Amino acid sequence: MTNPAPAVDTHLLPADSGPPGTEPLLAVDNLHVEFKTRQGLVRAVNGVSYALNAGETLAVLGESGSGKSVTAQAIMGILDMPPARIPKGEIRFRGTDLLKLSESARTQIRGQQIAMVFQDALSALNPVFTVGWQIAEMFRVHRGLRKKAAYAKAIELMDRVRIPAARQRVNDYPHQFSGGMRQRIMIAMSIALDPDVLIADEPTTALDVTVQAQIMELLAELQRESNMAMILITHDLGVVADVADKIAVMYGGRIVENAPVHDVYKNPAHPYTKGLLESIPRVDQKGQELYAIKGLPPNLLDMPSGCAFHPRCPFRQDDCVTDVPPLHAISGTRSSACHYWREVLDGVER
Amino acid sequence: MSNSTITASPAENTKPEKAKKPASLWSDAWYDLRHSKVFLFGAALALLLVIIAAFPSLFSSVDAFNPSTCDLSRARDGIESAHWFGSDNLGCDTYSRVIYGARVSIIVGIVATLATSIVGGFLGLLAGFYGKWTDVLLSRVAEIFFAIPSILGALLILAVIGRDNAGIGSVVLALSVLAWPLVLRIMRAAVITTKSQDYVLAARALGAGPVRIMVRHILPNAVAPVIVVTTMNLGVFIAAEAALSFLGVGIQSPDISWGLMIADSRNRFLEAPAPLLFPALFLSITVLAFVMLGDAVRDALDPKLR
Amino acid sequence: MASNGEPILQVRDLVKHFPLNQGIVVKRQIGAIKAVDGVSFDLHRGETLGIVGESGCGKSTLAKLLMALETPTSGSVRVAGNDLAHAKGAELKRIRRNIQMVMQDPYTSLNPRMTVGDIVGEPFEIHSEVAPKGDRRKKVQDLLEVVGLNPDHINRYPHQFSGGQRQRIGIARGLALQPEIIVCDEPVSALDVSIQAQVINLLERLQNEFDLAYIFIAHDLSVVRHISDRVAVMYLGKIVEIGKDTQIYDRPTHPYTQALLSAVPVPDPEGRENRERIILQGDPPSPANPPSGCRFRTRCWKAQEICAEEEPLLQIRPGADHPSACHFAEVHDVVHAS
Repeated sequence: MTNPAPAVDTHLLPADSGPPGTEPLLAVDNLHVEFKTRQGLVRAVNGVSYALNAGETLAVLGESGSGKSVTAQAIMGILDMPPARIPKGEIRFRGTDLLKLSESARTQIRGQQIAMVFQDALSALNPVFTVGWQIAEMFRVHRGLRKKAAYAKAIELMDRVRIPAARQRVNDYPHQFSGGMRQRIMIAMSIALDPDVLIADEPTTALDVTVQAQIMELLAELQRESNMAMILITHDLGVVADVADKIAVMYGGRIVENAPVHDVYKNPAHPYTKGLLESIPRVDQKGQELYAIKGLPPNLLDMPSGCAFHPRCPFRQDDCVTDVPPLHAISGTRSSACHYWREVLDGVER
Repeated sequence: MSNSTITASPAENTKPEKAKKPASLWSDAWYDLRHSKVFLFGAALALLLVIIAAFPSLFSSVDAFNPSTCDLSRARDGIESAHWFGSDNLGCDTYSRVIYGARVSIIVGIVATLATSIVGGFLGLLAGFYGKWTDVLLSRVAEIFFAIPSILGALLILAVIGRDNAGIGSVVLALSVLAWPLVLRIMRAAVITTKSQDYVLAARALGAGPVRIMVRHILPNAVAPVIVVTTMNLGVFIAAEAALSFLGVGIQSPDISWGLMIADSRNRFLEAPAPLLFPALFLSITVLAFVMLGDAVRDALDPKLR
Repeated sequence: MASNGEPILQVRDLVKHFPLNQGIVVKRQIGAIKAVDGVSFDLHRGETLGIVGESGCGKSTLAKLLMALETPTSGSVRVAGNDLAHAKGAELKRIRRNIQMVMQDPYTSLNPRMTVGDIVGEPFEIHSEVAPKGDRRKKVQDLLEVVGLNPDHINRYPHQFSGGQRQRIGIARGLALQPEIIVCDEPVSALDVSIQAQVINLLERLQNEFDLAYIFIAHDLSVVRHISDRVAVMYLGKIVEIGKDTQIYDRPTHPYTQALLSAVPVPDPEGRENRERIILQGDPPSPANPPSGCRFRTRCWKAQEICAEEEPLLQIRPGADHPSACHFAEVHDVVHAS
């Protein structure tokens, strides 16, 4: 497999913000994922690296097609292969590369140590079983509990995610719950086995704001209680600002900026992040005309040469068209995949 | 950071406007069809059969419609150089009869399909679009016909028409009367789905009238499943015609039909299998051709089912 | 925005109940979903009225009523003085020229079997008096240019465009008849973040260029604040608070508005620990069986007996400068307090 893009040495980069010398809880290293489609090879993820420690919340921010969900699915091991393929990269959990494990070993990790909450709870739950049965199944399959004990555990969990009248509702079916309650059931199932890492893929996108606030509060609370690490995949800059410790911004299958949350919002180091922050209206102030990033997100089948963002970038120079920018280390905790990150930080447009 | 080693391909941003990509969804489907082996094979077979039906004399030097070409003395003779498929009970050449028998099958298939698709499609469009009592009325009538077991119903209809009047027309009538409700139901379901689409709402908001909405917005988006069923129905009707003729209520001698040929030769099958096997083989191939066409058309029109 | 002169759109006591039927042979009405239940407001030329609320509050039904896609149970919708809700045939068609819409989902709102030229040109075919046949192609190309699309793409099909471009096609279709009012039903919520700003800016530019009045329906309160001159907050089929954007966002008086605003995440991590959040308990009640009195009382921290007994009217309350439907209305800035 030859990759036409110039190799970027991701090892130069700050792999992690954790204490030096220690392996982070979960580390994605130079991950590549591609899909074989009828139109051609789609390189959905092109060398993504991020790391996270216990108790931390990493927000992976990106638009549709940025590769943020595919990365998460690769971590979970739920990509359909084929058509997907992982030509290179590592996903290390507690130091072991998950990609080298057998399917049965991965099944042990999936759900027990790394769990996932999906955007659409209605389609992620099985409509023909009661919610109690589905939560209890986690305990029966993974913990070998008897039916009765498993049900008791299920009720306990439904209480924990604050479903009112859990004891009465344990025998209801998914469609009998509202969207917010269904998302709580999904969360109950994902935290059932006390995972170390919870991946939440757009957990509130389908929900109303007041329900979104409820769910985000619930997730934060559960995280505090168990010191779980969380990967929050979202496109919502507001939600990220509310809960994240650090951010990985993705564009066109790459990470373009990696930083603690406060740094990004105060002073973004990549033109894409900067453009996004300037383009969203805010509820606490009435702005003038919005800044709009011109152009369209890249077509994965026909990626721009060099930096994928160059056709839309106000900072573009000639080398952006030819050279793929590596993730430059800005400080011990920050990096930006822009040749001109200094200019972006200073806000000097060309 | 040094990127001096990079010798990436020069950025020639000459993006050729890919003209090969077909534009409309119809041409997209047509593009898929042209590249489907199943379709090409089925279409070639079907085309061949249509040509055989239209110009049987191109394929056989013996005019099977002319009884004087039969020779009783050769009855049930096996395969020989002049009679590739052998001869039947009356000493007629099986090959030429099989060739000439294609015409009935193809005509019945095409006419019955057209009739059911037009009637069922039109009524289905009305039922789905107008809903309420129009739908109740049309759907109930359709259900009554739908409830009749098809072969039994066709037998009944043909029995009422009577053997003397039986022929291609009566077979087409019997099949069509029983089959249009299927098309109606499929059309109605597709129309109901399409009717609630946003673009139909948008057209209504513009002030478009019912005819415009049906013709411009609903029909083009709802017709695909009907096209699929129509293609498959061709094969189904051809098989049904053979079955009815076999049972003696369909095509009558001296007309030639594969079903009739099978019926005539069944009693002597063990001593002379050829007059039964060859029409049966042709019948199977014909039905297969249209089923394959239907499959390919469905794949092309609804890629989600693949 | 100037709000003098006759309103271009007057909505009065608009009600839409969807009957709930039981029985197969003999249908019996056993109740009704009160999707819109007594909504009144005015819209002036060149003005934007934002309508916010959560799913099930009736804002989409309201949009359909304004477009005469549903018949109201009672009440009136007057477009430039003509009652849209009770008009029929040619009169309805004439009124429609003045009020058009932009829909939420750019993937389902364009007929996939029609070219862009046919889609944008369809208004001229339906209202053939607007443009003579020979001019139509030119007009369609002008419209495409106005919304920022390449006029040469007139023969392409919707699936050859991206989501943002499709939404521009939908906007061009809405503009074709030169309406004075455009109802925008969640026009940017299906788009990527970086594309939303492009479409919002386009809508604002078109408003200035053609003096359009917008009804801007959305669940994203930040977007609504950005584009609206006035804002109405809906809960279970009723407007609970209405006022200028600063009145609603900086001085909200209804507890629901306050809860809604406090739940909106602010894209700034500074001071996030101190931000006030009112987390509502439970889900909204079913619109088929709304609570007596004030509909918000089941989730309201201020609720008292009077809230169950007496329905609070939408009126200006003491200490406030804009109408609010709460017995205990009180200004409380939740967005900036920290």
